[in-house]
Amino acid sequence: MHQLENRQGTDSAVPVRYSRIGMAATPNSTPAATKTAQQGFVYLPLIVGWLVPGAGHFLVGKWRRGVLLALSIVGMFVLGLLMQGKVYSSAHDILDILGLAGDLGNGLLYVVSRVLGLGADSVQVTTADYGTRFIVVAGLLNVIAAVDAHNLRTGRKPL
Amino acid sequence: MLSPSHFTAVLLFALCASTVFGITQRETPRRMFRYGLYCFLLFVGSAIVLSWGMYLIAR
Repeated sequence: MHQLENRQGTDSAVPVRYSRIGMAATPNSTPAATKTAQQGFVYLPLIVGWLVPGAGHFLVGKWRRGVLLALSIVGMFVLGLLMQGKVYSSAHDILDILGLAGDLGNGLLYVVSRVLGLGADSVQVTTADYGTRFIVVAGLLNVIAAVDAHNLRTGRKPL
Repeated sequence: MLSPSHFTAVLLFALCASTVFGITQRETPRRMFRYGLYCFLLFVGSAIVLSWGMYLIAR
């Protein structure tokens, strides 16, 4: 016990060299967050958030953040389609593979657009090139949002 | 069909991307807003600076 007190006293005397305050990677050690992190399937917000933009945040109770994320990601995807952007369906070279990987990040939006035949097969005009990038980036942003929902779920990011 | 100008497309892109960056990369709402605004200004500002740079190089 005496050693523990001494150790604690020594630790408190060590100067802080960096601060993680405000950063997303700050660990959350609150009892509520720890309890939440231990219940259920922790990858559910990640998977649901990938399939439906913003839904991962809805699952962890972050409704406003979820709505904003859904508006941004779905809005970007729809803008890309309206600009006649290309939805990648197959990969012939490395750029197509990267584009397809980005598009797959949209989850069910990608599936629906493929089933309904939305999006152009090839880029014909300049705005279609913008649209193609919008669709790819929407998918990449959706992956970031899904990982953020997972971090909220596991307690890595404070609720 | 939607045919925005290049600058309008930049604004739309920056708005959506900075919203997601702000929410996912910071913890508190105030910090989210500030970081989102910072990203938005960087997106738009860098596009303007690079555009002028290319314009001057091309002349």
